[in-house]
Amino acid sequence: MMSAIANPISQPPVPWTLPYRGKVAMACLIIAESAIFTIFVVAYLFYLGKSLAGPTPREVLETPIFFTICLLSSSLTIHFAAKSLHGGKRGAFLALWFATIVLGGLFLFGTGHEWHRLIYQHGLTISTNLFGTTYYSLVGLHAFHVTVGLLMLAIVLLFALAGRVGAEHSARVEVLSMYWHFVDAVWVVVFTVVYVLGR
Amino acid sequence: MSSDALTIQTAKAVDRPWLETVHEWVITVDHKRLGILYILFALLFLVIGGLEATIMRIQLMRPHLNFVSPQVFNRMFTMHGTTMIFFVAMPILFGFANYFVPIMVGARDMAFPRLNAFSFWLTAFGGFLLYFSFLGGFGLYGAGNAPDVGWWAYAPLTARAFSPGHSSDYWTISLLVSGLGSIGTAINIIATILCLRCPGMKLSRMPLFAWMNMVMSGMVLIAITPLSAAQIMLLVDRYLGGHFFDTQAGGSATIWMHFFWIFGHPEVYILIIPCFAFVSEIVPVFSRKPIFGYPVMVGATVCIAFVSMSVWAHHMFTIGMNSYGNSFFALTTMVVGVPTGIKIFNWLGTMWGGKIIFKTPMLFCIAFLFQFLIAGLTGVMLGVAPFNWQLSGSYFVVAHFHYVIVGGILFAVFAAFYYWYPKITGRMLNESLGKLHFWLFLIGFHLTFDIMHIPGILGMPRRIYTYEPGRGWDIWNLLCTIGTFLQGIAVLIFVANLIISYFKGPKAGNDPWDAWTLEWLVSSPPPDYNFATIPTVASRRPLWDRKHPEDPDNLYE
Amino acid sequence: METLTRMNSASHNANRSSLVGRLARSLVSLVGILLTAGFSAASQSQDNPIPNIFETHSTPADAIRHLSFFVLIVTGAIFLVVFSLLTYIVVKYGNRESGDGREPPQVYGSTQIELAWTVIPVLIVVVLFLATARVIHAIQDAPKPATAVDVIAIGHQFWWEFRYPALGIVTANELHIPVSGPAHPTPTFLKLLSADTDHSFWVPQLAGKTDLIPNRVNEMWLDPHVTGIFLGQCAQYCGTQHAKMLLQVFVESPDAFQAWASAQKASDTQTSFTQVAATHGENEISGKRIFETTACVNCHTVAGTPATGRFGPDLTHLMSRRTIAAGAAKNTADNLRLWIENPGAIKPGSLMPAMQLSKTDLDALVRYLETLR
Repeated sequence: MMSAIANPISQPPVPWTLPYRGKVAMACLIIAESAIFTIFVVAYLFYLGKSLAGPTPREVLETPIFFTICLLSSSLTIHFAAKSLHGGKRGAFLALWFATIVLGGLFLFGTGHEWHRLIYQHGLTISTNLFGTTYYSLVGLHAFHVTVGLLMLAIVLLFALAGRVGAEHSARVEVLSMYWHFVDAVWVVVFTVVYVLGR
Repeated sequence: MSSDALTIQTAKAVDRPWLETVHEWVITVDHKRLGILYILFALLFLVIGGLEATIMRIQLMRPHLNFVSPQVFNRMFTMHGTTMIFFVAMPILFGFANYFVPIMVGARDMAFPRLNAFSFWLTAFGGFLLYFSFLGGFGLYGAGNAPDVGWWAYAPLTARAFSPGHSSDYWTISLLVSGLGSIGTAINIIATILCLRCPGMKLSRMPLFAWMNMVMSGMVLIAITPLSAAQIMLLVDRYLGGHFFDTQAGGSATIWMHFFWIFGHPEVYILIIPCFAFVSEIVPVFSRKPIFGYPVMVGATVCIAFVSMSVWAHHMFTIGMNSYGNSFFALTTMVVGVPTGIKIFNWLGTMWGGKIIFKTPMLFCIAFLFQFLIAGLTGVMLGVAPFNWQLSGSYFVVAHFHYVIVGGILFAVFAAFYYWYPKITGRMLNESLGKLHFWLFLIGFHLTFDIMHIPGILGMPRRIYTYEPGRGWDIWNLLCTIGTFLQGIAVLIFVANLIISYFKGPKAGNDPWDAWTLEWLVSSPPPDYNFATIPTVASRRPLWDRKHPEDPDNLYE
Repeated sequence: METLTRMNSASHNANRSSLVGRLARSLVSLVGILLTAGFSAASQSQDNPIPNIFETHSTPADAIRHLSFFVLIVTGAIFLVVFSLLTYIVVKYGNRESGDGREPPQVYGSTQIELAWTVIPVLIVVVLFLATARVIHAIQDAPKPATAVDVIAIGHQFWWEFRYPALGIVTANELHIPVSGPAHPTPTFLKLLSADTDHSFWVPQLAGKTDLIPNRVNEMWLDPHVTGIFLGQCAQYCGTQHAKMLLQVFVESPDAFQAWASAQKASDTQTSFTQVAATHGENEISGKRIFETTACVNCHTVAGTPATGRFGPDLTHLMSRRTIAAGAAKNTADNLRLWIENPGAIKPGSLMPAMQLSKTDLDALVRYLETLR
């Protein structure tokens, strides 16, 4: 019933290349995370102007231009870091990777600084009113993703400092870089919604 | 009996301490073992969920019974729904996908075996956590026990004020955790299909099983996550003093509904699409014809996936949306019925002109077609918003969705069991017991769920622990309960069959059904590495080509 | 009233549609009557014990019923076609003996057939949608006539508060409304609010259900054509005693409704102790004292007395209602007593606390409550 020979049809061998699984997986993760952020953004927009009392966005928010530039620049640095690694330039990779972490860290510092001001100067907490709840949740969710990203970047930095990261790892580094770009793209959206549209 | 000459014979296993075997299963990253773990996990919870349903049906057998208190009843329907959706249906479908997607696409394992294991254990932990609530609760009367807020956990019933204690938190956290597991598995399925297909297996040559699981996984990515987001918001409300769903602070109860149903509706398509996959593999084999309209089946599935993201508020027709909102969702709901109906026609087209073999897998598929048709039609009725204003929140809806989930999904799952059990275990399930299971379950199912439409029409709402006599509901409730017992017996027969056949069933060989997809190429059960040599395929039915070298498929499609 | 009239003519349109339609309607009605075996066709002023969605007596419910018949015909036809096909296939192609063991012709598909069975369902969807949208609009966007009765319904865990703002009435659980005839239409327009969680107002024979959602105002209307009592209950899970949040709608002739309204508006004439003493005895006076000095006043209102609580039902005209605890028990002295002493015996999980009163106090209290007509 069944032929014991594989390949009854002879064909000239066709080159068979499929996408790199790391990139596919990260793309899927990004899609899933985008859905989560979308829900938080929708909640933020829905509740704009609906707080019954307490501080409003216009009263208390200050546009974080500098820290935003930091974060968005970090996308550039990580892009060039990955490119350097792909070209085997380990030194450039290390420097640019480190710069990415510094810039990301600055952004987090900026967020923390802003929150400190909001809480202590304006009395805005997550439980103050609808604005407080949606603002801290949305910005906090993003900051959480930045933190996780920084942790991953730091781990790679440690490996790189130990001399264990080379051009053969550039595919994996690119996957991490995809995640970082995603985090930046989310910030563009959050920034627009919170600091531009929301006021 | 034939075996692939290239299969390397596995050495006979020596007697080992049972603890070692258990350890092996606990640390496994093999997609086949994880598939089996998912399926066994789901079967356990199927029995538990069934017991919960039986308790409810006994309580409702007659009006004003006191079989269980209202508090216990409310926990029963909450746990029954949550268990069946998240810890029976999802795991069992992921289990079959895990086992067969890699083999069907000619791969050795999933793209990320360790993520696979992690995802399973997350789901298992979620199930454990949900049931721990029965023990771990504490708190005020009626609270701090198993959750009792319904499986949709509508706000503000889940707010601290109305659900003190931790029962709602068990619901929230167990589903957050298992949701992460689901996302992990979805990522794995997509990556496996896109990146690990064997040479020659273009996407247009994949079995429909693979296509449909890929579509389902894509939906999981964007449908489960809104629920996760909403659950995070609920935790913020309950623990950080947030106001997402706090109506006293100007928050909205309806926004929870939107978020939940943006998850909830695609979720039911996530559940049914792998069942379409089962039927699309089994019906052709038992009709001895290829699936009718393969490209249309793929297209219709993708279409369903997209349109199903736009229908969610048909669960909310009664919340007071304006006429434009209601009309929009009525329209999209009806539209999604079109590609769904097309699939039914394609299955019928497959059977037409074929040679239908009435073995147990096919019996379950034929019943599936009949029942899914009816379920779809009552769904259309429910999509007619004004009709929905009468029927929603009533036993008519309960009858409708059980028709889909039991009459559709569970029947397809049973079919899958009978079809693939030989491949997984190497033994055939007993055909007589199978037919007994089928007929008994069919009768019980129809007795319960055909009749259940009637109390809904007569005004009986759902989620009530008792009802007033004299409203005309009594006799129908009694009949529904009787059907429950028949189904229970049938399921027990099925479980017995699973166990007995494992030890005593006739050996299956590689290809007991004379089928055409790659899993039937390898031994039953497959070796750890699946294929000694990764095959190359030239059509949608590689085994057909091998069995009919004079008339291969790729000449025709 | 144009839209309401239009609704009537819409139902005429449905009548006019076809003999098939009328036959189908009869068939469904027959099924409905079979389902409600033993119950005679509704006429004037009768109890309607079975809340059957196909036994309707109000324009919104009628409109839904007519639409549903149309939908049932369409889906029924689809079912018959597909089911016949399935049966034919199973009978004709099942277990076919083909001795030479050859496979049947391998057919892969057909574009024309696929087109056919795509186009036809799309057309069905268009037709169904148009019919649906028309009824949605007719019901939801119906204008409110000046003669409408306004009711505010507030959902509580686990009872219904009804306020008639124009008439100055506050009552609970039993909704009284006037019958509405085509000559002098007096529909009832309800605003639906909630004091706590989600509820849903469902009286199947009078209208589709609409939810009561906190921090949201929903609206619905009904215009019953016959007098009688119509049953319903809460249809959105709201907590432990969702099952016993029952509804009774008393549709009355205009005169009866006026009489009821006047009786309800009159605040309790027995407000002061002297007045109570004038018409009743020691027990009732004692009961009134107990009522006004115990926690009762925190939750309940009796107009004209210090009791102004809003958490529980207004008791000013308690004895004008047939049931207590939102329909969970008949309004008798024994049940009143039991309800105050041990509400868990009637409705476990309700928010009425057991009042921990002595036997004599309890007796007196019940006697007092019985004066609240």
